[in-house]
Amino acid sequence: MIGFPESLRFEISEPIDQCVNWLLINLEGLFDAISRTILSIFNAVEWVLNILPWWVVIIALFYAGWKLYNLKTGIVLSVMLFCIGLFGLWDLMIYTLVIVIISVMVSLVLGLPVGILMAKSNLAKQIILPILDAMQTMPSFVYLIPAVMFFGFGKVPAVFATTTYAIPPLIRLTYLGIANVNREVIEAGKSFGSTSAQMLFKIEFPQALSAIMTGINQTTMMAMAMVVISSMIGAEGIGEQVLISIRRLEVGQGFQAGLAIVFLAIVLDRVLQGAAVRLKETE
Amino acid sequence: MPKNKIEVKNVTLVFGKNRERALKMLDEGKSIQEIREKTGTAVGVNNVSLEIEEGEMFVIVGLSGSGKSSLIRCMNMLNVPTRGELLIDGENICEYDKKQLRALRRHKVSMVFQHFGLLSHRTVLKNVEYGLEVQGMADDERRQKALAAIEMVGLKGWESYFPRQLSGGMKQRVGLARALTNEPELLLMDEPFSALDPLIRRDMQTELLSIEDYMDKTIVFITHDMNEAFRLGDRVALLKDGELVQVGKPGEFFENPANDYVRSFIEDVDKSRILRVKTVMRQPVVQAVDKDYVTDVVRRLKENERDFCYVTNDKKELLGYVELETLMDVNQGDVSSFIVKEFESITRNSFLAETYSKLDESNYDVAVVDNKNCLRGVINHEDVVSALSG
Ligand SMILES: Nc1ncnc2c1ncn2[C@@H]1O[C@H](COP(=O)(O)OP(=O)(O)OP(=O)(O)O)[C@@H](O)[C@H]1O
Ligand SMILES: [Mg+2]
Repeated sequence: MIGFPESLRFEISEPIDQCVNWLLINLEGLFDAISRTILSIFNAVEWVLNILPWWVVIIALFYAGWKLYNLKTGIVLSVMLFCIGLFGLWDLMIYTLVIVIISVMVSLVLGLPVGILMAKSNLAKQIILPILDAMQTMPSFVYLIPAVMFFGFGKVPAVFATTTYAIPPLIRLTYLGIANVNREVIEAGKSFGSTSAQMLFKIEFPQALSAIMTGINQTTMMAMAMVVISSMIGAEGIGEQVLISIRRLEVGQGFQAGLAIVFLAIVLDRVLQGAAVRLKETE
Repeated sequence: MPKNKIEVKNVTLVFGKNRERALKMLDEGKSIQEIREKTGTAVGVNNVSLEIEEGEMFVIVGLSGSGKSSLIRCMNMLNVPTRGELLIDGENICEYDKKQLRALRRHKVSMVFQHFGLLSHRTVLKNVEYGLEVQGMADDERRQKALAAIEMVGLKGWESYFPRQLSGGMKQRVGLARALTNEPELLLMDEPFSALDPLIRRDMQTELLSIEDYMDKTIVFITHDMNEAFRLGDRVALLKDGELVQVGKPGEFFENPANDYVRSFIEDVDKSRILRVKTVMRQPVVQAVDKDYVTDVVRRLKENERDFCYVTNDKKELLGYVELETLMDVNQGDVSSFIVKEFESITRNSFLAETYSKLDESNYDVAVVDNKNCLRGVINHEDVVSALSG
C-alpha cells in the first residue's frame, strides 16, 4: 500500500480539544454542581449499603433467589456472594456496587425521557439513533477521557464514564418498547378518548415495561463492565484490584478479583431478570 | 321516519404522501391500481356516501382490502377523511378540535376491535373500566358500571383475570363490555368475531343481537362474511376497492343484485337457493282450531308467552290468526269470529332466498303452508338466517 499523502490533512482532534477547553472554562460551575450532586448521592447510597450487615445481604439474596427462581438458585447466588467475602473483597464490592447503582439510577432518569421522546418524535429518533449506534461501537475506555477532563480522578468521573457507556441500551429499549406497542392497543386507547398523558402513563409505558426491564438489565451489565475499566481513572472497587494485580503480575490475585466480578455480575443479572419476569406475571 | 345517526358524505380517504395528486387522478377516473403505481398512495375509501339510521344494525361487508376498516375508522376519526364530510347527529366530526373529539370518543362512540385491543397489563375489570377511568369518574361509580357490563356479556366471576388467561371468545366479550360501559350511542365493531371459531362466533352473534335488542344502540358492524352480514344486518353495504357497490336490506341483495359482482358475492350464500322452507320451518308453539274456546286459547298463549297464533279449521286449512290483545277482552264463545284474515304466508317448497321479502319486515312467525293451504309450520327471519350461516 502506498502511504496516504502527508499534504492531505484535516484533523478534528484540535477543534475537539478547543471545544473541551472552552467547556471547562465556561461551564466550570455546572461541572462542579454535577460533581457535588453525584458525590452526595454516592455517599447516601454507600451509607445505606454499609449499614447492612454482610449476612443480611446474603440472606436477602438467598431469599430473593429462592422466591424468584428456586431453592437451588437461591443457594448458588448466595454462595457466590459469600465467596466474594471469603476472597476479602467485600468492601471493594460494595464500592463497585454503589457506582453501578448510581449509574443505573442516572441512566433511568435521563434514558427514559429520551427513549420516550424518540418514540414520539421522528426528528428526535433520526438524530438520536445514530448517536446511540456510535456510542455502542465506541471503545469503552474512550469515555474515560472526557470523564477525566471534566471531573478529574475518583468516583465522580467513574460514575460519569460508566453512565455514558451504559445508557444506550436503556434508551434504545425504552424507545423500541414504546414504539412497538400493539397498534390496536394504541387505537383502543385513543378510541376511548385518552389524552396524550393518559396514553403514555396508562397504556404505552406499562405495555413497554418488560422491554424497559430488559433495558435496565442490559444497562446494569454494561455498567458492571465499565466500572472495572473506570478503575483506570481512580475508581476504587474490585476493578482496582484487577488493575493492581496486572501491574504487579499477580496472576492469582487478578484471577480471584476477576472471578469476584463475574460472580457479582451473575448475581445482579439473575436478580434483575427474575424481578422482570415476576413483574410481568403480576402486573 | 327515524333520523340519521351517521351521514357519510362523499368520503374519500387516501393513505400516503401524494394525496392531492391521488385525488386529482380519482376525479379523472383513474383506477386505484393505477394511482397506487403512479403515486405510491393507497386509496382506502373512494367517494362513499351512506346514511345510517338511529337504532339500526348496519353491516359493512367486503373482501379483504376493500376499505371496510378504513371507512369505519373514519367514524371516530382514527382515520381522517382526505375529502368529504362525516356527520354524527348532524355535526361534521371532521371539523372537531381535539377536545370535541375526545368528548365524542368518551361519551358517544365506542369501538370494538378485531384482535380485541385489550390492555394486557390490566385485569378484565380494569380493562372494562378504562373508558370511564380516562373520563375521571370516581372509583366506586365506574367499578359498578364496569361490573354491570361484565355481567351483561356473561363474564361474571372473571373480573380479576388477565386477558392472556382468557379464550378468544371471552376476550372479545371483554372488548364488548369495555365498549358498552361508556354507554355509547354508537358502537363501531371492526370484524369483532372474525378471529373466533365458528361455534363461538354464532354464540357471540346471538348475544350481540340480544344486547342490541335490549339496549337499542346504533351499531356499525364490519365483516367479510356475507352470512354474518345477513344474519346480523338490518341493512348491509357492500364495498369493493373502496367503493360502495350496493346498500340495502339483506333481501334486496337477493332480489335485485346491483351487478355481477354482487351476484358473485351472494353466490357464496348459495344455500339460500338450495334449502327449501320446509327444511327450516318449525312447528308453531301454539296453534288453534276455529272451534276452540277463547279462554282456552288465551291461557295457552299466555303460558307460552306468545301474542298471537294461527287458526285452522278441522281439516288443518289455514284461516288466519288471532291476537292475544283482541281475545283478552272477551271471555266466552269460540275464536272463529276474531280471526284476522289478512296475512302473509309462505309455501313450504319455496327457496329460502324467496322468503326474504316476507320475513324481513316482521319478526313474527310467518305461516308456512302447503299447496292445499294447510298449515305446516312457521318460520321467521332468524330461522332462515341461522340455516344459511350454519
Ligand atoms: N395505514 C395505512 N397506510 C397505507 N395504506 C393503508 C393503511 N390502512 C389501509 N391501507 C390500504 O387501504 C386499503 C383498504 O384497507 P382496509 O384495511 O380498509 O381494508 P379492509 O376491508 O378492512 O380489509 P381486511 O378485511 O383485511 O381488514 C388497502 O389497500 C390497504 O392497503
Ligand atoms: Mg379491516
